[in-house]
Amino acid sequence: MSGGVYHEIIISGYGGQGVILNGSILGKAATIYDKINATLVQSYGPEARGGACSAHVIISKETISYPYVHNPHILISMSQEAYENNIDSLRDGGLLLTDTDLVKRRKNDERHVSYSIPATRMAEKLGNKMMANIVILGYLASLSDAVNAESLRNAVEKSVPKGTEEKNLKAFEKGYKRGEKQKSGTG
Amino acid sequence: MEGTEQFIMGDTACAEGAIACGCKFFAGYPITPATEVAERMAKRLPQVGGTYIQMEDEMASMAAILGASWGGLKSMTSTSGPGFSLMMENIGLGIIMEVPCVVVNVQRAGPSTGLPTLCAQGDMMQARWGSHGHYEIIALSASSPQELFDITIKAFNLSEKYRLPVLVLTDEVVGHMTEKVVIPPYDKIDVYSRRISTLPPEEYLPYVSDEDMVAPMVGIGEGYRIHSTGLTHDKRGYPVITAPVQKEMMDRLIYKIRNNVDDIVEYEEIEMADAEIVVIAYGISARPALKALEMARDSGIKCGMMKLITIWPFPEKRIRELAPQVRGFVVPEINYGQICLEVERCSAGKTEIVLVSHAGGAIFHPNEILEVISRL
Repeated sequence: MSGGVYHEIIISGYGGQGVILNGSILGKAATIYDKINATLVQSYGPEARGGACSAHVIISKETISYPYVHNPHILISMSQEAYENNIDSLRDGGLLLTDTDLVKRRKNDERHVSYSIPATRMAEKLGNKMMANIVILGYLASLSDAVNAESLRNAVEKSVPKGTEEKNLKAFEKGYKRGEKQKSGTG
Repeated sequence: MEGTEQFIMGDTACAEGAIACGCKFFAGYPITPATEVAERMAKRLPQVGGTYIQMEDEMASMAAILGASWGGLKSMTSTSGPGFSLMMENIGLGIIMEVPCVVVNVQRAGPSTGLPTLCAQGDMMQARWGSHGHYEIIALSASSPQELFDITIKAFNLSEKYRLPVLVLTDEVVGHMTEKVVIPPYDKIDVYSRRISTLPPEEYLPYVSDEDMVAPMVGIGEGYRIHSTGLTHDKRGYPVITAPVQKEMMDRLIYKIRNNVDDIVEYEEIEMADAEIVVIAYGISARPALKALEMARDSGIKCGMMKLITIWPFPEKRIRELAPQVRGFVVPEINYGQICLEVERCSAGKTEIVLVSHAGGAIFHPNEILEVISRL
């Protein structure tokens, strides 16, 4: 696509991990703060919690006509099932982010740029494993230019339950710093 | 919410549109994929001095909003396929009693329970003919959360202006899709509210219409004598079971819409100046259709698109005009051919028409539409 910014992203995990919320935060960062276009569509089973679910996000300078993602540039997987279901669709050179403790990646995957972070464990240390999704968003902010990191921080602050902003921003920074270290090879 | 930009779901945008134009009453029964409309209304109505009632079923929901509207409030309900079927009886009651209200149908795949969480566009003809007897209806369609916000306001305006239930037809994907929605300051939104009679109670008759065939209303409980019934009725609203009164009443129900088609019908034309092939699309299908149009243009095909916003009354004047000028119409819809039938009727054999059909449960990939455009 011409015109610069264009990212297709799939965030996948199971219901209750904040997968859809992450999609919403990404879209909010892109539209409300970066002032470009974004769509979010979601798919999940009949159950609200525990079943496989995924968020399809497209971020683009151009108008987005077709909102589904078939070959993402970025795949975030927070469960083994989510990883297995989506890894083959990730395009060559695509960015893969997984939770170290929840996803066992295939060996010798040279098609993709892969990073992993013990997001759930880090969130647990911060006092609430429910913030694993925010840790991974910070991690994404460091490793990708899909959205501006500052816009993501703003969107996190506006999207999490009132009273938890500070904790969540701390979780975001943990993820962000881990990404920075890994990028520079010191992590 | 007013004067802000939000990244919100289509269903939420629909509810915000209703709030923005002064809806003060919602009665409904939750059903996927329309539940988020009700959920948002439950949260928002108490904040604006309105009332939300969760009813025992969709028949009662429809009856409740008719009553609330007679009481003077802008009222709305939302549902999906199975609930829409149950509402049909009382939608007819709203038509014959001439009650302004808005009914939102976030379509899912049927028949019956079908695919509760997945999309379709199978209720287009049901929206037109689902209640018994012959009547005119207004139905609008949206292909994004922003449009859903905008057409919900338009639906209220038209229902208040022409005194009838107006249908908002969207689908699971638009309803559950999240996108940026601009919510203007409320005082910048064009809002039409029902014409209120200025006559004193002793002179007022509820079905004496003005020149545009629409009768001014008064609120029940304001000292006026009001009688309204599902039976054929005269100017007083009293049942009169005769052919002449039936004709008088029916002429009003039919021609208050037919005579005002130009005011009601809205569509969008894209790349039409030199178009030889025209895609006629609506709702979610208009999005992959637009992508297909871009791809067709890139490969040198002179393709244009007519995106329907008003579904009923059908924009037949424009299609009659276009038919002899173009090589063909391509009609993608997530059903086995409903709006396509209307396009065929209006084209009267003057051009080729190709239906692109989808059984439901997913939306078209742009390539599926492009392939048909390329073959024509």
